[in-house]
Amino acid sequence: MTNTKLLSSVQMAHFVARGSLRLDAVVPPELNVVGIETLRAGVPGVPYGSSVPDAYPEGSFVRLLLQIPEVAGALRSLVGPEPSVDHHAVHIREPREGQAQPLHGDAIIDVRTDAFDVQLMYYPQDVTLDMGGTLSVPGSHLRRTNESDTGRYQNLRGQSRLVCPAGTVVFLHHGLWHGGRRNDSDAVRYMFKIRFNPTVRQLRLWDTSDLGDPRVAAELSTTFPWYEQATGRLEIYNRVLLWRSLTGDDSFDLDHWVSRVSNRPERQAV
Amino acid sequence: MSMRQQVLVLYLATSALDADVVGWSLYDGTGLTAPTAGDSDKPPYTSGVHALEDGWRLFQAAQLIPPYPGHEYDVSFLKHEFFFEKLADTGVA
Repeated sequence: MTNTKLLSSVQMAHFVARGSLRLDAVVPPELNVVGIETLRAGVPGVPYGSSVPDAYPEGSFVRLLLQIPEVAGALRSLVGPEPSVDHHAVHIREPREGQAQPLHGDAIIDVRTDAFDVQLMYYPQDVTLDMGGTLSVPGSHLRRTNESDTGRYQNLRGQSRLVCPAGTVVFLHHGLWHGGRRNDSDAVRYMFKIRFNPTVRQLRLWDTSDLGDPRVAAELSTTFPWYEQATGRLEIYNRVLLWRSLTGDDSFDLDHWVSRVSNRPERQAV
Repeated sequence: MSMRQQVLVLYLATSALDADVVGWSLYDGTGLTAPTAGDSDKPPYTSGVHALEDGWRLFQAAQLIPPYPGHEYDVSFLKHEFFFEKLADTGVA
């Protein structure tokens, strides 16, 4: 098996709260050079549901990318061993390209509460603010909206406009609102994306030795500046349900949000 | 003088017009500017009332709709959406 650095519970909680996990500069410079060449040449499509070995032969650039210990560990922690490849795509933003993508979630509305796909996004070069790095909205992944129906929203407080060093890999929950921003620079911007589907139940797939660390609950309690006051509480409620599903711990709660509204005692008074 | 509509959409933290801005969009009928997704991290106004103070005219506010039975805990679109307009000169005679 590939050498892997599994995520900790604190990192998983960070992903569950934000809907993304960022690994800065985990791809070494020499591999980024190959990465840009590969993306320029194009990466041929593969059938939906391909295994990683079928999609990306041993020694190919994409296989090498997926064998980086931090990348392999994050992927295994999020979707488990032997995920299937849904699809991949090379995104190229030309200099001074005039239009940003509307804010959207990929594919179609996907309301699974006990499973999720991840999208790996790889940036082979330094991305500056004016190059139009991916816009994403932390904590938007549990919103039940369909694709670009969110296109009316241009800016949300606390949004992330990606600026990153070369070799950065970001994993997104399938529901996260995001979009390619307008490239206002003179440089071509490259990004490579792979969507992975789990083939096992997503239950305690990471390094759970720190499950009781107080930083887990702190991460899960994170609120974001764009949340409306009332709906922000529902976000925490839904996050608790996702954490319960991932850990198998049906007693987990934050500030009693789920316990309070599901309390229906059956014991008779005496 | 040629007047065109500019539209400002503000998303507020509660249904009150004086609540804090949590999101915003701008559309410019004069064609002089081209606002787009992810072009700013700083809200143009702190609240809906703050936009009124700067001359924007409110023309639509989101209704308060109770959740559909069985979907009380679902999260979806932003609820507190307010549309404002201004008329602006295109600068073309």
